[in-house]
Amino acid sequence: MSDAFIYDHVRTPRGRGKPDGSLHEVTALALAAAPLSALKGRNRLNPALVDDVVLGCVDPVGEAGGNIARAAALVAGYGIGVPGMQINRFCASGLDAINFASAQIMSGQQQMALAGGAESMSRVGLGASGGAWAADPAIAIPAYFMPQGISADLIATKYGFSRADADAFAVESQKRAAKAWTEGYFARSIEPVCDVNGLTILNRDEHMRPETSLQSLGSLKPSFAAMAEQGGFGAVAIQAHPEVEFIDHVHHAGNSSGIVDGAAAVLLGSKEAGVAAGLKPRARIKAFANIGSDPALMLTGPVDVTKKLLKNAGMTINDIDIFEVNEAFASVVLRFIQAFGVDPAKVNPNGGAIAMGHPLGATGAIILGTALDELERTGKTTALITLCIGAGMGTATIIERV
Amino acid sequence: MAPQLTQFSILSDADGIATLQWDMPGKSMNVFTDTTMAELDAVIDHVAGDPAIKGCVIVSGKPDSFSGGADIRMLNGLAERARENEKTQGADESNRLFFEESRRLSLLFRKLETCGKPFAAAIHGVCLGGAFELALACHFRVVSDDSKTRVGLPEIKIGIFPGAGGTQRVARLSATGDALLMMMKGEPLKPQAAQKLNLVHAVTSKAGIVQRAKDWIKAGGAGLQPWDQDGFKLPSGPVYSKAGMMVWPAASAILRKETQDNYPAAKALLQSVYEGLQLPMDAALRVESRYFAHILKGQVAQAMIRTLFVSMQSLNKGARRPLGEPATSIRRIGVIGAGFMGAGIATVAALAGIDVVLIDRDQVAADKGLASADKVMAGRVAKGRATETERTAFLARITPTADFSALADVDLVVEAVFEDPAVKAETIKKAEAAMPASAVFASNTSTLPITDLAHHFSRRPDFIGIHFFSPVDRMQLVEIIMGKETGPKALATAFDFVRLIGKTPIVVNDARGFFANRCVLNYLLEGHLMLHEGVPPAMIENAARMAGMPVGPLALTDEVAIDLIHKILKATKAALGSKAVDPVQEAMLTSMVETHGRFGRKNGKGFYEYPEGAPKRLWSGLSEFRTRALDPDSIDIAELKHRLLVTQALEAARSIEEGIVTDPREADVGAILGFGFAPYTGGPISMIDGLGPNRFVALCEALANQHGPRFLPNAQLREMAVKGERFYP
Repeated sequence: MSDAFIYDHVRTPRGRGKPDGSLHEVTALALAAAPLSALKGRNRLNPALVDDVVLGCVDPVGEAGGNIARAAALVAGYGIGVPGMQINRFCASGLDAINFASAQIMSGQQQMALAGGAESMSRVGLGASGGAWAADPAIAIPAYFMPQGISADLIATKYGFSRADADAFAVESQKRAAKAWTEGYFARSIEPVCDVNGLTILNRDEHMRPETSLQSLGSLKPSFAAMAEQGGFGAVAIQAHPEVEFIDHVHHAGNSSGIVDGAAAVLLGSKEAGVAAGLKPRARIKAFANIGSDPALMLTGPVDVTKKLLKNAGMTINDIDIFEVNEAFASVVLRFIQAFGVDPAKVNPNGGAIAMGHPLGATGAIILGTALDELERTGKTTALITLCIGAGMGTATIIERV
Repeated sequence: MAPQLTQFSILSDADGIATLQWDMPGKSMNVFTDTTMAELDAVIDHVAGDPAIKGCVIVSGKPDSFSGGADIRMLNGLAERARENEKTQGADESNRLFFEESRRLSLLFRKLETCGKPFAAAIHGVCLGGAFELALACHFRVVSDDSKTRVGLPEIKIGIFPGAGGTQRVARLSATGDALLMMMKGEPLKPQAAQKLNLVHAVTSKAGIVQRAKDWIKAGGAGLQPWDQDGFKLPSGPVYSKAGMMVWPAASAILRKETQDNYPAAKALLQSVYEGLQLPMDAALRVESRYFAHILKGQVAQAMIRTLFVSMQSLNKGARRPLGEPATSIRRIGVIGAGFMGAGIATVAALAGIDVVLIDRDQVAADKGLASADKVMAGRVAKGRATETERTAFLARITPTADFSALADVDLVVEAVFEDPAVKAETIKKAEAAMPASAVFASNTSTLPITDLAHHFSRRPDFIGIHFFSPVDRMQLVEIIMGKETGPKALATAFDFVRLIGKTPIVVNDARGFFANRCVLNYLLEGHLMLHEGVPPAMIENAARMAGMPVGPLALTDEVAIDLIHKILKATKAALGSKAVDPVQEAMLTSMVETHGRFGRKNGKGFYEYPEGAPKRLWSGLSEFRTRALDPDSIDIAELKHRLLVTQALEAARSIEEGIVTDPREADVGAILGFGFAPYTGGPISMIDGLGPNRFVALCEALANQHGPRFLPNAQLREMAVKGERFYP
């Protein structure tokens, strides 16, 4: 089996996912094309070497529909010879795209590919692609469907994380992100989004609130209590996990991932492809895994998939130097830390989606790139990247700096 | 040529509008039978085919009602024919035939709806179930603004759903949330409420409904439903839309919340509407029919129809009333004991128009009882369910007194005095001395054997138990207890009294705990033992509710009162020895009562805390009673549910073996009405039959292996399992 190497990574800064967000005027297509274009440019990449472009996009409808990857590759100048594919495994799509492309390379069927994701949440809208999962009783009932925030609150209740715990975690994420930006830890990977004149539209993650404190968060009302009560979802949660008497609603906008616009991609290739392109590998894709997990808790997949991945790879948790666990909600990461007893300093050392935002289809690639940068910055070797996924799944990937 | 009709008559007026009058011979209320369907089919052909007929008004010939819906026995007949067909023609053909037959009514209504002529329903009185589905298929509905008039689709209450087009038409007339609520609750609607939901077009006087319907036809009312017209817009828009996504996820969640996913019919109803709203009408009706056939064949529907409809009706109509006993006349009763139960009994009697002499040890106590009764009445007046005039008449019927001589002209005496043998003995003797020599004496005791109490009464055959449940005005079940020497006249009297006050009687032979309380005590014990084992308290309560019980065992202990259960335990131990009580439970309750002073809701603390203005919460001190804290993820919820239901069902089976309850229908109806035993099972005996005694016995033995001999099945059950017998024929 061949190795799949990561040769480069690029991501756009994340714009606020609202009409007044800086990237709202940037089409989903342009957003998706941006990292692809940047990777081509800064690596002087010959498109003839590229076998595929795989992009994650969770609401691939409207302007983001119809296989945005193919269109984005063309717009980014890869020419008609490079195909594209859009995939969807919800919030982990960006990482799954990387895993799929890597599998092609590792099996020898492809030599070089770009993989990542793109999501314009301000233009397309969260949930725009619909789906039976929430609405069709045939699945909503047996799968204990709840809006994600209520699942997150259920996790907090079941595993004993208080409002204070969740808020403290959020404050820390903001602090770490602010520091990383200030110290320039992301400089290598962020490619500003520019207009047709080359003028900068956005060059930093604008969702961040570095001044966030326990006090500022303390005044926020829990976002999901009313929905749980009036929508009947609280009862669903308790029927799924009947040791719970009342749900402690701890999550709000300040300790949940931000809704943002963003895109990212990594350049993957075999050893031979790298040589042919004149590129030095930065890391190896060591192993990856997927899993289905409890759909009611919905967001505990990272724990399950990490156990599976470590077992498959013949590794232990102690072999991992850095973790990137997507901050969909504070309780997701708190549960991961609790389950494995890992040092919180190793988890999201440069902040996460609570501070910087979660552009659904792209985040998997963003946090892999973040982990890669941190491995290089600290001289460490091994990182594990994982994301929780709607409908109860998990994806995880281990990379090894070379 | 007008068709040959036996249930209907049809007559055209000078404007060419036909009036179809539905008046089933020999029945006080119209119901749909096979004949009705055949005749209605002929009427539709006639109306559609005769150019002289402009349209048709359907009205009932019964003075006070339109129709009660389909004859439920017709549905059972379908299931029986299906079983026969399976034997003679094989499963596939039987399946197909069943589907065809079960949608006949729906197809008939669709034919009416699309025959090309306008149909208008003029409704007075109740119009429920299949009858309202007929009305919904009509192009115009007018109802009378009468206190008797109700429309609705109550099918959900017996484990089915409106399968003759009801789901599709209601969902195309009302906003989705309203439509689902209306059909899931199954409550009958008053005229204005129905109009608000867009389910009827007009409300007018009883005398004017036919004319109003005719006027609509004359003014050009078309025989074309909105949903069959081009450009029809669903009231809540497409299912897949922003508005739809506000409704549909919550609908599934609320279904789980209300039914714990125990009622297939509720799910099928939801599914029918979800899928049907995305289809044109004919396809939508076909989908509804598929789900309807599926539900009708299912065990839950069959069990619920049997217990909640057929058996309940039989029992109410006197299936257990002794044959040959003449009708009794109960115009005046004596109630001795004006406390909570006595006042309740006086209340329901007076509400039924019976005069009550309410006796207590002194006038003050008796007056307190009257005041309690008045409180209930005042509540009704405030809710608009009674008038002040009715309240005055009600109060006038109750005579509070301390004087036993007031019993001189009563037809029946019911004692509800303090639960103490000496107090009861004195009461019985005093009453006998004062009451007429022909009047029956009933005791409301819940713990003392009727046979023993009867020893204080010289006319043993006239002594009986009438055991009410609390609160009396809301609980439907009454246990009539036969002492060893109780005679048929007393039984007939008790039966007639219970029916007069609108309750359902089951007849039980004398034994400790009678029937209902035996089962409930087992349920409570199981909950206490789970707590001791280390099952998280919330899990015990949630598992119980998920199993279909209305209240968890810990909450129920609080409601009934911990000290009362403790007292019962002590009395049982005194009477039957220590082997008759569970030492773990005894220790737990003794600690609650004597160490912690926690009596339950009555003193604001029990297994739960009862904070002011906030929902009750499980007491954190319960950790004292557990031997260990089990990991919740390691606990099999299904097993908890089984334990809670099986312990009650076993007690019901034992009651039958011991001859305490002699009719499985009474065990089932009694369990559901008396203590809310998982209604979707059709009752504990239906649950055993549904599993099959051999599978039930195997389940009991598995539970006995894990949890102890209390789960060992009794001999009769074992025998039935071996012989392949069931309780119901």
